[in-house]
Amino acid sequence: MTEHYDVAPQVPLKLPLELPLELPLGLAPRGYVGKIHRLAAGEATSALSNDELESRLIELGFVEGARVEILHEGILGRDPIAVRVDNVTIAIRRREAMAIIVA
Amino acid sequence: MHMALVGTPNSGKTSLFNALTGSRQKVANYPGVTVERKEGFFVTPNGRQVSVVDLPGTYSLRGRSPDEEITRDFVLGKAKGEVAPDFVLCVADSTNLRLTIRLLLELKATGRTLALVLNMFDIARHRGVSVDVAKLSASLGMPVVTSIAVRKGGTAELLRLTDEIAGRERPEVRQNLWRPLSASELRTTQREADRIIAACVSLPARPDTWTAKIDAIVLHPVAGLLVLLAILFVMFQAVFAWAQPLMELLSSAFDALGQFVHDALPAGLLQSFLQNGVISGVGSVIVFLPQIIIIFLFILLLEDFGYMARAAFLMDRIMGGAGLHGRAFIPLLSSFACAIPGIMATRVIDNRRDRLTTILIAPLMTCSARIPVYTLIISAFIPEKEVWGLFNERGLVMFGLYAAGISSALAVSFVIKFFMWRDYQPAPFMLELPDYKLPRLKSIAIGVYTRAKMFLQRAGTTIFSMMVLIWFLASFPQPPAGVEDPAINYSLAAMIGNAVAPLLAPVGFNWQIAVALIPGMAAREVAVAALGTVYAIEGGKEAAAQIGQALAAKWSLATALSLLAWYIFAPQCASTLAVIRRETGSWKWMALTFAYMLALAYAASFATYNIAVALGAG
Repeated sequence: MTEHYDVAPQVPLKLPLELPLELPLGLAPRGYVGKIHRLAAGEATSALSNDELESRLIELGFVEGARVEILHEGILGRDPIAVRVDNVTIAIRRREAMAIIVA
Repeated sequence: MHMALVGTPNSGKTSLFNALTGSRQKVANYPGVTVERKEGFFVTPNGRQVSVVDLPGTYSLRGRSPDEEITRDFVLGKAKGEVAPDFVLCVADSTNLRLTIRLLLELKATGRTLALVLNMFDIARHRGVSVDVAKLSASLGMPVVTSIAVRKGGTAELLRLTDEIAGRERPEVRQNLWRPLSASELRTTQREADRIIAACVSLPARPDTWTAKIDAIVLHPVAGLLVLLAILFVMFQAVFAWAQPLMELLSSAFDALGQFVHDALPAGLLQSFLQNGVISGVGSVIVFLPQIIIIFLFILLLEDFGYMARAAFLMDRIMGGAGLHGRAFIPLLSSFACAIPGIMATRVIDNRRDRLTTILIAPLMTCSARIPVYTLIISAFIPEKEVWGLFNERGLVMFGLYAAGISSALAVSFVIKFFMWRDYQPAPFMLELPDYKLPRLKSIAIGVYTRAKMFLQRAGTTIFSMMVLIWFLASFPQPPAGVEDPAINYSLAAMIGNAVAPLLAPVGFNWQIAVALIPGMAAREVAVAALGTVYAIEGGKEAAAQIGQALAAKWSLATALSLLAWYIFAPQCASTLAVIRRETGSWKWMALTFAYMLALAYAASFATYNIAVALGAG
């Protein structure tokens, strides 16, 4: 069993020390490994509405606590990226990945 | 009993459907293969008749794209003219349960009788995933069984379960409480799903290492693109080089058959009909069967292996420059086989503008029906020569024609984006990259067989009937007695051809080509058969000569090149236009496709012909 399933209840706001380490997945380099902290659809400039973008990300497994790793990136603008989310691999553009805040 | 198969994309619903019903629907290893509902029947061990509907994969019931709406409406019993399913079977890829369990929790709200089948259970076990089936069933509150759809007997447990459910007193239909979930409700159901999985499933410590190793090369920004180019290049060289010996064999067989009919029957109408109309016409198309088989073999292998989604990943930004969505890559690549499945595959594109752009340019991809036309002209006019000791010159011309199709498609898409949808915001690209799987020989063989059969059926029906028509037009009325020139010059075909020819004279087409292009609207390869018939009849007594030789003798190089250019663009396929009409739901888009392709074809042929004449090839 992987470790993310027994993640602690969400208390990020009580830990201000963690906040500066937050980073949108859309800016992370290849090889980055981290955990999803929160989703912030408002911070991505996607063609989708915030609600829709958030729903789709959740449906693909981008939920708080999931382990993410950037495996590959495209040749133009290092975009899109192939992200390992727990045990599946998802291709996503950096533009939408801006909504995934990792730490 | 009515049963419906639901599940996340690429979870193996169609494989299971095929295993249950013994049918041969298309399966492949990428999300979104099934874009419409398919119905089949099977009989359970207890002798109950069950109708089963295979539905497009979806991550939720929200219905974001046309294919997902089909699934939602069917499950909710809202689809027009459909019986609501008595039993919804949720199909899960056992190696990847998270998203399915979440979907299942959402499905519970619909009030339907549910069960979960853990498909690909063998692969999961092999990878070290173990599932506590009894516990999972208890947590979900529904029956759970395992299956291996692609293996014989792999569905025994599922059949038993179906019997059990069908045998129950039909429970009163519970109310449908489903409504679209908000993001926070989605999150809650995902948490719940994760809690259940944590309790019932143990995952391996290490992911599938083969997929990671292959992806390290195949998804590398530079090496990956080189691999993609190499695959495409090998594919087109193979279509030309590997098929050659078989095609020559088929071709000489048809020649021998024609000669046999010629010798066995007395000269007259029946002899002419069989030899020139049927054997020359239909035979000149059937000869291309080996090439059709090779191109489908490549596409099916790539699909089954799991490469297609990778290609979409590699091409996303590159195609984005031309205003295309990464997801458009798979429909466009299938259009190399045939634009009709390609256009239907665009249903996975949720954004309407992206989808329409893809539909408009899909017919520009070089489909397999163009292969006979290209091959015929290339072998008649391009010398068989090695280039740099590596490539075959004919193969290179073929590659060039494919490249011309692709670049014009990209250019058209760019123009559409620029003129029609300027305020366009790129729709997101989010796609699951499935783990690689070894292609299943059986499913590849069935796939190739189905396509080959379709091709032959078309040769036997559409093409055959067109050939009868052409033969009739080219043979009647009979010439007045005692004239010297070929009889065909007095026929209806010549009259029609000569009437249309002035329109096509500026692009260097003669009346025979004009006659061939008209039935060529039914299907592109009909033009080849029609030319075969027209020239066979015109050739008179010594008609057995191969059509390629006849063309080489009668056309200038400029005319040949002009016809090649014409076929890159011309909308010579009534079925494609009909599918565009159906998929876009409007005559407007069909008319637009027809008009722009015709304009491009005429312009390209005009330029090619005049440049070639100026260079001395006239």
